Amino acid sequence: MKKFILITMIVPLFLAGCDGDTDPNGPNGFIQIKGSDTIVNAEQMVAENFIKIYPHIAIAVTGGGTGVGIASLINKNCQIAGASREMKSKEINTANKYGVHPFETVVAFDGVAVIVNLNNPIDKLTIDDLHNIYTGKIKNWKDLGGKDIAFVLLSREVSSGTHTYFKEQVIQLGKKTSKEEFLPGTLLLSSSQAIVEEVVSNEGAIGYLGMGYVSGRTKSLMLDKGKGYFSPTVPNVISKQYPLSRPLYFYTDGDPNNLTKLFVDYALSEQGQQCFKSSGFVPLKDNATENK
Amino acid sequence: MRQKISEYIIESAIKLSGFVIIGFVILIFLFLLKDALSLFGTYSAGKFLFGTNWLPISEPPKFGMIPLLLGSIYVTFGAILICVPLGVATALFIAEVAPRSIKQILKSLVEILASIPSVVLGFIGIIWLGPFLKTTFGLTTGMCGLTGSLLLAFMALPTIISISEDALVSVPRTFKEAAYGLGATKWQTMWRVMLPAASSGIIAGVMLGIGRVIGETMVVLMVTGNAPVMPTSILQPLRTLTATIAGEMGETVSGSEHYYALFTVGLVLFIITFMINFGADLSLRKARQ
Repeated sequence: MKKFILITMIVPLFLAGCDGDTDPNGPNGFIQIKGSDTIVNAEQMVAENFIKIYPHIAIAVTGGGTGVGIASLINKNCQIAGASREMKSKEINTANKYGVHPFETVVAFDGVAVIVNLNNPIDKLTIDDLHNIYTGKIKNWKDLGGKDIAFVLLSREVSSGTHTYFKEQVIQLGKKTSKEEFLPGTLLLSSSQAIVEEVVSNEGAIGYLGMGYVSGRTKSLMLDKGKGYFSPTVPNVISKQYPLSRPLYFYTDGDPNNLTKLFVDYALSEQGQQCFKSSGFVPLKDNATENK
Repeated sequence: MRQKISEYIIESAIKLSGFVIIGFVILIFLFLLKDALSLFGTYSAGKFLFGTNWLPISEPPKFGMIPLLLGSIYVTFGAILICVPLGVATALFIAEVAPRSIKQILKSLVEILASIPSVVLGFIGIIWLGPFLKTTFGLTTGMCGLTGSLLLAFMALPTIISISEDALVSVPRTFKEAAYGLGATKWQTMWRVMLPAASSGIIAGVMLGIGRVIGETMVVLMVTGNAPVMPTSILQPLRTLTATIAGEMGETVSGSEHYYALFTVGLVLFIITFMINFGADLSLRKARQ
Protein backbone atom coordinates (compact mmCIF):
# COMPACT_ATOMS: atom_id res chain seq x y z
CA MET A 1 0.00 0.00 0.00
CA LYS A 2 1.28 3.45 -0.89
CA LYS A 3 4.65 1.96 -1.65
CA PHE A 4 5.45 4.62 -4.16
CA ILE A 5 5.49 7.40 -1.59
CA LEU A 6 7.06 5.61 1.30
CA ILE A 7 10.58 6.63 1.86
CA THR A 8 12.10 3.65 3.51
CA MET A 9 15.60 3.39 4.73
CA ILE A 10 16.88 0.34 6.41
CA VAL A 11 20.35 0.60 7.73
CA PRO A 12 21.89 -2.82 7.52
CA LEU A 13 23.59 -4.43 10.43
CA PHE A 14 26.19 -6.31 8.44
CA LEU A 15 28.70 -3.48 8.62
CA ALA A 16 28.83 -3.85 12.36
CA GLY A 17 30.62 -7.18 12.34
CA CYS A 18 33.63 -6.05 10.34
CA ASP A 19 34.15 -2.76 12.08
CA GLY A 20 36.98 -3.26 14.56
CA ASP A 21 36.77 0.15 16.19
CA THR A 22 33.32 -0.14 17.68
CA ASP A 23 32.48 -1.82 20.92
CA PRO A 24 30.74 -5.11 20.17
CA ASN A 25 28.97 -4.82 23.49
CA GLY A 26 27.48 -1.43 22.60
CA PRO A 27 23.73 -0.98 22.38
CA ASN A 28 22.15 -3.02 19.62
CA GLY A 29 18.68 -3.69 18.36
CA PHE A 30 16.07 -2.38 15.96
CA ILE A 31 13.99 0.80 15.94
CA GLN A 32 11.01 1.26 13.65
CA ILE A 33 9.99 4.88 13.07
CA LYS A 34 6.76 5.61 11.20
CA GLY A 35 4.50 8.53 10.58
CA SER A 36 4.39 12.06 9.30
CA ASP A 37 5.59 12.61 5.75
CA THR A 38 6.37 16.18 6.79
CA ILE A 39 9.33 15.16 8.93
CA VAL A 40 10.26 11.85 7.34
CA ASN A 41 13.27 13.32 5.51
CA ALA A 42 14.57 14.95 8.68
CA GLU A 43 14.07 11.70 10.63
CA GLN A 44 16.03 9.88 7.99
CA MET A 45 18.92 12.31 8.29
CA VAL A 46 18.88 12.01 12.08
CA ALA A 47 18.88 8.21 11.73
CA GLU A 48 21.82 8.26 9.30
CA ASN A 49 23.93 10.26 11.74
CA PHE A 50 22.70 8.24 14.71
CA ILE A 51 23.94 4.94 13.34
CA LYS A 52 27.40 6.39 12.79
CA ILE A 53 27.60 6.59 16.58
CA TYR A 54 25.67 3.38 17.32
CA PRO A 55 26.49 1.02 14.44
CA HIS A 56 24.83 -1.95 16.16
CA ILE A 57 21.38 -0.37 16.02
CA ALA A 58 19.29 -0.79 12.87
CA ILE A 59 16.69 1.85 12.13
CA ALA A 60 13.83 1.79 9.62
CA VAL A 61 12.22 5.13 8.78
CA THR A 62 8.87 5.09 6.96
CA GLY A 63 6.41 7.84 6.05
CA GLY A 64 2.74 7.49 5.16
CA GLY A 65 1.26 10.26 7.27
CA THR A 66 0.81 11.11 10.94
CA GLY A 67 -2.33 8.96 11.11
CA VAL A 68 -0.34 5.99 9.84
CA GLY A 69 2.33 6.52 12.50
CA ILE A 70 -0.17 6.84 15.33
CA ALA A 71 -2.13 3.80 14.16
CA SER A 72 1.15 1.85 13.98
CA LEU A 73 2.11 2.94 17.50
CA ILE A 74 -1.27 1.75 18.79
CA ASN A 75 -1.02 -1.50 16.80
CA LYS A 76 2.55 -1.86 18.20
CA ASN A 77 4.09 -1.88 14.72
CA CYS A 78 6.55 0.90 15.49
CA GLN A 79 8.43 2.27 18.48
CA ILE A 80 8.42 5.93 17.50
CA ALA A 81 5.62 7.73 15.67
CA GLY A 82 6.53 10.98 13.96
CA ALA A 83 3.62 13.44 14.07
CA SER A 84 2.88 16.84 12.61
CA ARG A 85 -0.08 17.35 14.94
CA GLU A 86 -0.99 16.53 18.54
CA MET A 87 -2.67 13.22 19.20
CA LYS A 88 -6.43 13.62 19.58
CA SER A 89 -7.99 12.64 22.90
CA LYS A 90 -9.94 9.98 21.03
CA GLU A 91 -6.71 8.47 19.75
CA ILE A 92 -5.17 8.53 23.23
CA ASN A 93 -8.24 6.72 24.60
CA THR A 94 -7.96 4.07 21.90
CA ALA A 95 -4.24 3.72 22.61
CA ASN A 96 -4.89 3.23 26.33
CA LYS A 97 -7.44 0.55 25.49
CA TYR A 98 -4.72 -1.30 23.59
CA GLY A 99 -2.30 -0.90 26.51
CA VAL A 100 -0.24 1.81 24.83
CA HIS A 101 0.46 5.04 26.72
CA PRO A 102 1.62 7.68 24.25
CA PHE A 103 4.37 9.99 25.45
CA GLU A 104 4.85 13.25 23.60
CA THR A 105 8.19 14.89 22.79
CA VAL A 106 8.37 18.11 20.79
CA VAL A 107 11.32 17.75 18.40
CA ALA A 108 11.14 20.84 16.17
CA PHE A 109 8.88 23.58 14.86
CA ASP A 110 7.42 23.97 11.41
CA GLY A 111 5.39 26.40 9.35
CA VAL A 112 2.71 25.18 6.97
CA ALA A 113 3.43 26.95 3.71
CA VAL A 114 0.64 27.71 1.22
CA ILE A 115 2.02 27.35 -2.30
CA VAL A 116 0.85 28.46 -5.74
CA ASN A 117 2.21 28.36 -9.28
CA LEU A 118 5.09 30.74 -10.07
CA ASN A 119 2.94 32.47 -12.73
CA ASN A 120 0.20 33.29 -10.24
CA PRO A 121 0.24 37.06 -9.57
CA ILE A 122 -1.19 36.66 -6.05
CA ASP A 123 1.49 37.04 -3.36
CA LYS A 124 -0.45 37.18 -0.11
CA LEU A 125 -3.71 36.06 1.44
CA THR A 126 -5.48 36.40 4.75
CA ILE A 127 -6.48 33.29 6.65
CA ASP A 128 -10.10 34.21 5.91
CA ASP A 129 -9.36 34.29 2.17
CA LEU A 130 -7.78 30.87 2.51
CA HIS A 131 -10.82 29.66 4.45
CA ASN A 132 -13.15 30.95 1.72
CA ILE A 133 -11.06 29.31 -0.99
CA TYR A 134 -10.94 25.87 0.64
CA THR A 135 -14.60 25.83 1.70
CA GLY A 136 -15.80 26.87 -1.76
CA LYS A 137 -17.18 30.29 -0.81
CA ILE A 138 -15.15 31.78 -3.66
CA LYS A 139 -14.35 29.85 -6.82
CA ASN A 140 -11.98 31.88 -8.97
CA TRP A 141 -8.63 33.63 -8.62
CA LYS A 142 -10.14 36.78 -10.10
CA ASP A 143 -12.28 37.17 -6.93
CA LEU A 144 -8.95 37.89 -5.21
CA GLY A 145 -7.66 40.14 -7.97
CA GLY A 146 -5.80 37.41 -9.84
CA LYS A 147 -6.25 35.83 -13.26
CA ASP A 148 -9.58 34.43 -14.43
CA ILE A 149 -8.80 30.81 -13.52
CA ALA A 150 -10.82 28.53 -11.25
CA PHE A 151 -9.13 27.30 -8.08
CA VAL A 152 -7.77 23.77 -8.09
CA LEU A 153 -7.71 22.89 -4.41
CA LEU A 154 -5.00 20.47 -3.35
CA SER A 155 -4.83 18.75 -0.01
CA ARG A 156 -3.11 15.76 1.54
CA GLU A 157 -4.99 12.54 2.27
CA VAL A 158 -6.89 12.31 5.57
CA SER A 159 -4.02 10.27 7.03
CA SER A 160 -1.81 13.37 6.97
CA GLY A 161 -1.26 15.39 10.13
CA THR A 162 -0.88 18.49 8.01
CA HIS A 163 -4.38 17.81 6.62
CA THR A 164 -5.80 17.72 10.14
CA TYR A 165 -3.84 20.79 11.23
CA PHE A 166 -4.96 22.76 8.17
CA LYS A 167 -8.55 21.67 8.70
CA GLU A 168 -8.53 22.84 12.32
CA GLN A 169 -6.77 26.14 11.69
CA VAL A 170 -8.14 27.19 8.29
CA ILE A 171 -11.30 25.27 7.46
CA GLN A 172 -12.68 25.51 10.99
CA LEU A 173 -10.69 28.67 11.88
CA GLY A 174 -9.59 27.15 15.18
CA LYS A 175 -13.15 26.79 16.49
CA LYS A 176 -13.72 23.40 18.07
CA THR A 177 -17.47 23.61 17.47
CA SER A 178 -17.13 24.35 13.76
CA LYS A 179 -18.64 21.73 11.45
CA GLU A 180 -17.09 23.12 8.26
CA GLU A 181 -15.34 20.73 5.93
CA PHE A 182 -13.01 20.88 2.95
CA LEU A 183 -14.97 21.48 -0.28
CA PRO A 184 -15.76 17.93 -1.49
CA GLY A 185 -14.05 18.70 -4.81
CA THR A 186 -10.69 19.14 -3.07
CA LEU A 187 -8.09 16.79 -4.54
CA LEU A 188 -6.64 14.52 -1.86
CA LEU A 189 -3.11 13.65 -2.94
CA SER A 190 -1.08 10.95 -1.34
CA SER A 191 2.18 12.83 -0.84
CA SER A 192 3.58 16.33 -0.38
CA GLN A 193 5.67 15.80 -3.49
CA ALA A 194 2.52 15.13 -5.55
CA ILE A 195 1.18 18.50 -4.38
CA VAL A 196 4.38 20.23 -5.48
CA GLU A 197 4.24 18.55 -8.91
CA GLU A 198 0.62 19.57 -9.51
CA VAL A 199 1.27 23.18 -8.40
CA VAL A 200 4.30 23.40 -10.70
CA SER A 201 2.23 22.32 -13.72
CA ASN A 202 -1.10 23.99 -12.91
CA GLU A 203 -1.63 27.76 -12.80
CA GLY A 204 -4.92 27.49 -10.92
CA ALA A 205 -3.61 25.18 -8.20
CA ILE A 206 -3.22 26.03 -4.54
CA GLY A 207 -1.80 23.61 -2.00
CA TYR A 208 -0.26 23.46 1.46
CA LEU A 209 2.66 21.54 2.93
CA GLY A 210 5.36 21.60 5.56
CA MET A 211 8.10 24.23 5.11
CA GLY A 212 10.64 21.46 4.54
CA TYR A 213 9.12 20.76 1.10
CA VAL A 214 9.21 24.35 -0.16
CA SER A 215 11.47 24.86 -3.17
CA GLY A 216 12.06 27.48 -5.83
CA ARG A 217 9.68 25.72 -8.22
CA THR A 218 6.63 27.05 -6.42
CA LYS A 219 5.70 30.32 -4.72
CA SER A 220 4.92 30.42 -1.00
CA LEU A 221 2.25 32.97 -0.08
CA MET A 222 2.50 35.48 2.74
CA LEU A 223 -0.33 34.95 5.21
CA ASP A 224 -2.12 37.28 7.59
CA LYS A 225 -4.20 36.50 10.63
CA GLY A 226 -4.82 40.05 11.80
CA LYS A 227 -1.16 40.88 12.57
CA GLY A 228 0.03 41.72 9.07
CA TYR A 229 1.45 39.54 6.29
CA PHE A 230 4.32 37.16 7.04
CA SER A 231 6.20 34.66 4.90
CA PRO A 232 6.85 31.11 6.08
CA THR A 233 10.46 31.72 7.09
CA VAL A 234 12.44 30.45 10.05
CA PRO A 235 12.46 33.79 11.95
CA ASN A 236 8.71 34.24 11.43
CA VAL A 237 7.97 30.75 12.69
CA ILE A 238 10.27 31.29 15.69
CA SER A 239 8.51 34.53 16.56
CA LYS A 240 5.14 32.78 15.92
CA GLN A 241 4.13 35.70 13.71
CA TYR A 242 3.54 33.37 10.77
CA PRO A 243 -0.06 32.24 11.36
CA LEU A 244 0.37 28.56 10.50
CA SER A 245 3.21 27.65 12.87
CA ARG A 246 3.14 24.37 14.73
CA PRO A 247 5.32 21.97 16.71
CA LEU A 248 6.39 18.57 15.38
CA TYR A 249 6.32 15.57 17.70
CA PHE A 250 7.73 12.14 18.40
CA TYR A 251 5.34 9.81 20.19
CA THR A 252 6.59 6.77 22.08
CA ASP A 253 4.84 4.15 24.20
CA GLY A 254 5.46 5.47 27.70
CA ASP A 255 8.60 7.49 28.53
CA PRO A 256 11.25 6.76 25.93
CA ASN A 257 13.50 4.01 27.27
CA ASN A 258 16.57 2.11 26.17
CA LEU A 259 16.85 2.36 22.40
CA THR A 260 14.05 4.85 21.87
CA LYS A 261 15.46 7.10 24.61
CA LEU A 262 18.84 6.95 22.95
CA PHE A 263 17.30 8.00 19.65
CA VAL A 264 14.95 10.69 21.00
CA ASP A 265 17.81 12.18 23.05
CA TYR A 266 19.98 12.19 19.96
CA ALA A 267 17.23 13.95 17.97
CA LEU A 268 17.10 16.62 20.69
CA SER A 269 20.90 16.97 20.83
CA GLU A 270 22.74 19.66 18.91
CA GLN A 271 23.63 17.28 16.03
CA GLY A 272 20.04 15.98 15.85
CA GLN A 273 18.58 19.47 15.82
CA GLN A 274 21.02 20.41 13.08
CA CYS A 275 19.39 17.74 10.88
CA PHE A 276 15.97 19.29 11.39
CA LYS A 277 17.41 22.69 10.59
CA SER A 278 19.02 21.58 7.34
CA SER A 279 15.75 19.86 6.33
CA GLY A 280 14.04 23.25 6.46
CA PHE A 281 12.51 23.09 9.94
CA VAL A 282 13.04 25.26 12.98
CA PRO A 283 15.13 23.68 15.74
CA LEU A 284 13.94 23.90 19.36
CA LYS A 285 16.99 25.87 20.57
CA ASP A 286 16.42 28.85 18.28
CA ASN A 287 12.88 28.92 19.44
CA ALA A 288 13.82 28.79 23.12
CA THR A 289 16.35 31.63 22.89
CA GLU A 290 13.87 33.81 21.08
CA ASN A 291 11.21 33.23 23.71
CA LYS A 292 13.46 34.20 26.64
CA MET B 1 -2.19 -52.72 -7.81
CA ARG B 2 0.74 -50.39 -7.20
CA GLN B 3 -0.38 -48.28 -10.12
CA LYS B 4 -3.85 -48.05 -8.62
CA ILE B 5 -2.46 -46.78 -5.31
CA SER B 6 -0.33 -44.09 -6.97
CA GLU B 7 -3.30 -43.10 -9.12
CA TYR B 8 -5.36 -42.77 -5.97
CA ILE B 9 -2.73 -40.65 -4.21
CA ILE B 10 -2.31 -38.29 -7.15
CA GLU B 11 -6.04 -38.00 -7.57
CA SER B 12 -6.60 -37.11 -3.92
CA ALA B 13 -3.74 -34.61 -4.00
CA ILE B 14 -5.33 -32.81 -6.92
CA LYS B 15 -8.74 -32.98 -5.27
CA LEU B 16 -7.25 -31.57 -2.06
CA SER B 17 -5.66 -28.59 -3.83
CA GLY B 18 -9.00 -27.85 -5.44
CA PHE B 19 -10.76 -27.85 -2.09
CA VAL B 20 -8.00 -25.73 -0.49
CA ILE B 21 -8.58 -23.00 -3.08
CA ILE B 22 -12.33 -23.07 -2.49
CA GLY B 23 -11.64 -22.97 1.25
CA PHE B 24 -9.43 -19.88 0.82
CA VAL B 25 -12.12 -18.03 -1.09
CA ILE B 26 -14.73 -18.86 1.52
CA LEU B 27 -12.40 -17.86 4.36
CA ILE B 28 -11.57 -14.54 2.70
CA PHE B 29 -15.25 -13.88 2.21
CA LEU B 30 -16.13 -14.75 5.82
CA PHE B 31 -13.27 -12.62 7.16
CA LEU B 32 -14.42 -9.70 5.04
CA LEU B 33 -18.03 -10.22 6.05
CA LYS B 34 -17.23 -10.35 9.77
CA ASP B 35 -15.29 -7.08 9.81
CA ALA B 36 -17.60 -5.39 7.32
CA LEU B 37 -20.77 -6.14 9.25
CA SER B 38 -19.15 -4.94 12.50
CA LEU B 39 -19.57 -1.41 11.14
CA PHE B 40 -23.33 -1.66 11.32
CA GLY B 41 -23.18 -2.18 15.09
CA THR B 42 -22.31 1.51 15.50
CA TYR B 43 -23.19 3.05 12.14
CA SER B 44 -26.50 2.73 10.33
CA ALA B 45 -26.51 0.68 7.15
CA GLY B 46 -28.83 3.15 5.45
CA LYS B 47 -26.42 6.04 6.05
CA PHE B 48 -23.55 3.94 4.69
CA LEU B 49 -25.35 2.75 1.58
CA PHE B 50 -27.11 5.98 0.68
CA GLY B 51 -24.99 8.70 2.36
CA THR B 52 -23.46 11.24 0.02
CA ASN B 53 -20.61 12.43 2.27
CA TRP B 54 -17.37 10.54 2.90
CA LEU B 55 -15.78 12.35 5.85
CA PRO B 56 -13.93 9.66 7.81
CA ILE B 57 -12.00 11.87 10.25
CA SER B 58 -14.67 14.43 11.06
CA GLU B 59 -16.60 14.59 14.33
CA PRO B 60 -18.89 12.70 14.00
CA PRO B 61 -17.46 10.82 11.01
CA LYS B 62 -19.62 10.24 7.94
CA PHE B 63 -19.19 7.10 5.88
CA GLY B 64 -21.52 7.69 2.92
CA MET B 65 -20.49 5.30 0.16
CA ILE B 66 -22.35 6.88 -2.78
CA PRO B 67 -19.61 9.32 -3.95
CA LEU B 68 -17.06 6.49 -3.95
CA LEU B 69 -19.39 4.05 -5.70
CA LEU B 70 -20.26 6.65 -8.33
CA GLY B 71 -16.56 7.46 -8.71
CA SER B 72 -15.82 3.80 -9.43
CA ILE B 73 -18.78 3.53 -11.80
CA TYR B 74 -17.81 6.68 -13.74
CA VAL B 75 -14.21 5.60 -14.19
CA THR B 76 -15.18 2.03 -15.08
CA PHE B 77 -17.87 3.11 -17.52
CA GLY B 78 -15.46 5.52 -19.22
CA ALA B 79 -12.90 2.74 -19.53
CA ILE B 80 -15.51 0.36 -21.01
CA LEU B 81 -16.53 2.90 -23.64
CA ILE B 82 -12.91 3.09 -24.76
CA CYS B 83 -11.65 -0.46 -24.39
CA VAL B 84 -14.59 -2.55 -25.61
CA PRO B 85 -14.81 -1.24 -29.20
CA LEU B 86 -11.04 -1.04 -29.44
CA GLY B 87 -10.52 -4.49 -27.95
CA VAL B 88 -13.15 -6.27 -30.04
CA ALA B 89 -11.97 -4.55 -33.22
CA THR B 90 -8.38 -5.57 -32.51
CA ALA B 91 -9.49 -9.14 -31.85
CA LEU B 92 -11.37 -9.20 -35.18
CA PHE B 93 -8.33 -7.84 -36.96
CA ILE B 94 -6.01 -10.41 -35.43
CA ALA B 95 -8.38 -13.33 -35.95
CA GLU B 96 -9.79 -12.52 -39.39
CA VAL B 97 -7.92 -9.86 -41.30
CA ALA B 98 -4.23 -9.73 -40.42
CA PRO B 99 -1.76 -11.83 -42.39
CA ARG B 100 0.05 -14.53 -40.44
CA SER B 101 3.26 -12.56 -39.79
CA ILE B 102 1.51 -9.46 -38.45
CA LYS B 103 -0.79 -11.68 -36.41
CA GLN B 104 2.15 -13.15 -34.49
CA ILE B 105 3.70 -9.74 -33.81
CA LEU B 106 0.39 -8.27 -32.66
CA LYS B 107 -0.32 -11.14 -30.33
CA SER B 108 3.02 -10.83 -28.59
CA LEU B 109 2.63 -7.05 -28.37
CA VAL B 110 -0.72 -7.51 -26.65
CA GLU B 111 0.97 -9.84 -24.17
CA ILE B 112 3.62 -7.21 -23.48
CA LEU B 113 0.84 -4.68 -22.85
CA ALA B 114 -0.52 -7.01 -20.18
CA SER B 115 2.81 -7.11 -18.40
CA ILE B 116 3.22 -3.35 -17.82
CA PRO B 117 2.99 -2.80 -14.04
CA SER B 118 0.09 -0.56 -13.06
CA VAL B 119 2.32 1.80 -11.12
CA VAL B 120 4.22 2.53 -14.34
CA LEU B 121 0.97 3.39 -16.09
CA GLY B 122 0.08 5.63 -13.14
CA PHE B 123 3.40 7.38 -13.48
CA ILE B 124 2.80 7.97 -17.19
CA GLY B 125 -0.61 9.33 -16.23
CA ILE B 126 0.82 11.88 -13.79
CA ILE B 127 3.75 13.00 -15.91
CA TRP B 128 2.31 12.93 -19.40
CA LEU B 129 -1.34 11.96 -19.91
CA GLY B 130 -2.82 14.20 -17.19
CA PRO B 131 -1.13 17.43 -18.38
CA PHE B 132 -1.91 16.47 -22.01
CA LEU B 133 -5.64 16.03 -21.30
CA LYS B 134 -5.65 19.23 -19.26
CA THR B 135 -4.44 21.34 -22.18
CA THR B 136 -6.42 19.40 -24.83
CA PHE B 137 -9.80 19.68 -23.10
CA GLY B 138 -9.10 22.94 -21.23
CA LEU B 139 -9.65 21.25 -17.87
CA THR B 140 -8.85 22.83 -14.53
CA THR B 141 -6.66 19.85 -13.66
CA GLY B 142 -5.38 16.73 -15.41
CA MET B 143 -6.07 14.63 -12.31
CA CYS B 144 -9.55 13.53 -13.30
CA GLY B 145 -11.74 10.55 -14.08
CA LEU B 146 -10.91 10.54 -17.79
CA THR B 147 -7.17 10.11 -17.15
CA GLY B 148 -8.00 7.11 -14.99
CA SER B 149 -10.45 5.70 -17.57
CA LEU B 150 -7.91 5.89 -20.38
CA LEU B 151 -5.20 4.13 -18.40
CA LEU B 152 -7.60 1.50 -17.10
CA ALA B 153 -8.82 0.88 -20.65
CA PHE B 154 -5.21 0.10 -21.51
CA MET B 155 -5.04 -2.39 -18.66
CA ALA B 156 -8.25 -4.16 -19.70
CA LEU B 157 -7.38 -4.38 -23.40
CA PRO B 158 -5.12 -7.47 -23.25
CA THR B 159 -7.80 -9.51 -21.43
CA ILE B 160 -10.52 -8.48 -23.86
CA ILE B 161 -8.37 -9.01 -26.95
CA SER B 162 -7.02 -12.44 -25.98
CA ILE B 163 -10.35 -13.94 -24.92
CA SER B 164 -12.30 -12.43 -27.83
CA GLU B 165 -9.69 -13.62 -30.29
CA ASP B 166 -9.88 -17.14 -28.85
CA ALA B 167 -13.65 -17.06 -29.20
CA LEU B 168 -13.45 -15.88 -32.81
CA VAL B 169 -10.87 -18.50 -33.77
CA SER B 170 -12.98 -21.30 -32.28
CA VAL B 171 -16.03 -20.46 -34.42
CA PRO B 172 -16.40 -23.50 -36.75
CA ARG B 173 -14.95 -22.98 -40.25
CA THR B 174 -18.21 -24.13 -41.78
CA PHE B 175 -19.96 -20.95 -40.59
CA LYS B 176 -17.60 -18.80 -42.58
CA GLU B 177 -17.68 -21.09 -45.61
CA ALA B 178 -21.49 -21.05 -45.60
CA ALA B 179 -21.48 -17.24 -45.45
CA TYR B 180 -19.06 -16.94 -48.34
CA GLY B 181 -21.05 -19.53 -50.22
CA LEU B 182 -24.12 -17.33 -49.93
CA GLY B 183 -22.13 -14.49 -51.49
CA ALA B 184 -21.47 -12.47 -48.31
CA THR B 185 -18.51 -10.07 -48.37
CA LYS B 186 -15.68 -10.37 -45.86
CA TRP B 187 -17.07 -7.52 -43.77
CA GLN B 188 -20.63 -8.95 -43.84
CA THR B 189 -19.26 -12.31 -42.74
CA MET B 190 -17.34 -10.79 -39.85
CA TRP B 191 -20.14 -8.52 -38.69
CA ARG B 192 -23.19 -10.76 -39.26
CA VAL B 193 -21.71 -14.24 -38.73
CA MET B 194 -18.44 -14.33 -36.82
CA LEU B 195 -19.27 -11.74 -34.15
CA PRO B 196 -22.70 -13.19 -33.23
CA ALA B 197 -21.29 -16.73 -33.24
CA ALA B 198 -18.47 -15.73 -30.89
CA SER B 199 -20.59 -13.32 -28.82
CA SER B 200 -20.64 -15.37 -25.61
CA GLY B 201 -16.87 -15.62 -25.53
CA ILE B 202 -16.50 -11.93 -26.36
CA ILE B 203 -18.95 -10.96 -23.60
CA ALA B 204 -16.99 -13.11 -21.16
CA GLY B 205 -13.75 -11.35 -22.18
CA VAL B 206 -15.35 -7.94 -21.80
CA MET B 207 -16.70 -8.79 -18.36
CA LEU B 208 -13.36 -10.12 -17.13
CA GLY B 209 -11.80 -6.91 -18.45
CA ILE B 210 -14.36 -4.87 -16.51
CA GLY B 211 -13.63 -6.92 -13.41
CA ARG B 212 -10.00 -5.95 -13.73
CA VAL B 213 -10.84 -2.27 -14.25
CA ILE B 214 -13.12 -1.92 -11.25
CA GLY B 215 -10.66 -3.62 -8.92
CA GLU B 216 -7.59 -1.69 -10.09
CA THR B 217 -6.15 0.51 -7.37
CA MET B 218 -2.73 1.97 -8.01
CA VAL B 219 -3.55 3.81 -11.22
CA VAL B 220 -6.71 5.46 -9.89
CA LEU B 221 -5.03 6.37 -6.61
CA MET B 222 -2.28 8.12 -8.55
CA VAL B 223 -4.19 9.93 -11.29
CA THR B 224 -7.84 10.59 -10.43
CA GLY B 225 -7.27 13.26 -7.76
CA ASN B 226 -9.22 11.33 -5.09
CA ALA B 227 -11.74 14.08 -4.36
CA PRO B 228 -14.66 12.50 -2.46
CA VAL B 229 -17.18 14.57 -4.40
CA MET B 230 -20.50 13.47 -5.93
CA PRO B 231 -19.22 13.23 -9.52
CA THR B 232 -21.25 14.89 -12.26
CA SER B 233 -18.74 14.47 -15.08
CA ILE B 234 -15.87 12.20 -15.95
CA LEU B 235 -13.76 15.31 -16.56
CA GLN B 236 -13.59 16.18 -12.86
CA PRO B 237 -11.51 14.71 -10.04
CA LEU B 238 -13.21 11.80 -8.29
CA ARG B 239 -12.50 9.10 -5.73
CA THR B 240 -12.99 5.39 -6.28
CA LEU B 241 -13.75 2.57 -3.82
CA THR B 242 -10.33 1.01 -4.30
CA ALA B 243 -8.37 4.26 -3.91
CA THR B 244 -10.24 4.97 -0.69
CA ILE B 245 -9.22 1.67 0.84
CA ALA B 246 -5.61 2.02 -0.28
CA GLY B 247 -5.36 5.66 0.72
CA GLU B 248 -6.88 5.34 4.17
CA MET B 249 -6.17 1.83 5.45
CA GLY B 250 -2.72 2.72 6.73
CA GLU B 251 -4.00 5.24 9.24
CA THR B 252 -6.81 3.28 10.79
CA VAL B 253 -6.49 1.59 14.14
CA SER B 254 -7.63 -2.01 13.83
CA GLY B 255 -11.06 -2.31 15.41
CA SER B 256 -12.05 1.33 14.93
CA GLU B 257 -15.19 2.44 13.11
CA HIS B 258 -13.13 3.78 10.20
CA TYR B 259 -11.36 0.41 9.90
CA TYR B 260 -14.66 -1.44 9.71
CA ALA B 261 -16.03 1.11 7.23
CA LEU B 262 -13.10 0.38 4.88
CA PHE B 263 -13.79 -3.33 5.18
CA THR B 264 -17.41 -2.67 4.27
CA VAL B 265 -16.22 -0.77 1.20
CA GLY B 266 -14.08 -3.83 0.44
CA LEU B 267 -17.12 -6.08 0.77
CA VAL B 268 -19.09 -3.91 -1.67
CA LEU B 269 -16.20 -4.15 -4.11
CA PHE B 270 -15.97 -7.92 -3.61
CA ILE B 271 -19.69 -8.34 -4.32
CA ILE B 272 -19.45 -6.22 -7.48
CA THR B 273 -16.47 -8.10 -8.91
CA PHE B 274 -17.97 -11.43 -7.87
CA MET B 275 -21.15 -10.67 -9.80
CA ILE B 276 -19.17 -9.56 -12.85
CA ASN B 277 -17.00 -12.68 -12.81
CA PHE B 278 -20.05 -14.85 -12.27
CA GLY B 279 -21.70 -13.24 -15.30
CA ALA B 280 -18.54 -13.85 -17.35
CA ASP B 281 -18.51 -17.47 -16.24
CA LEU B 282 -22.13 -18.03 -17.24
CA SER B 283 -21.41 -16.48 -20.60
CA LEU B 284 -18.32 -18.65 -21.15
CA ARG B 285 -20.30 -21.78 -20.26
CA LYS B 286 -22.95 -20.81 -22.77
CA ALA B 287 -20.19 -20.35 -25.35
CA ARG B 288 -18.92 -23.90 -24.80
CA GLN B 289 -22.31 -25.50 -25.33
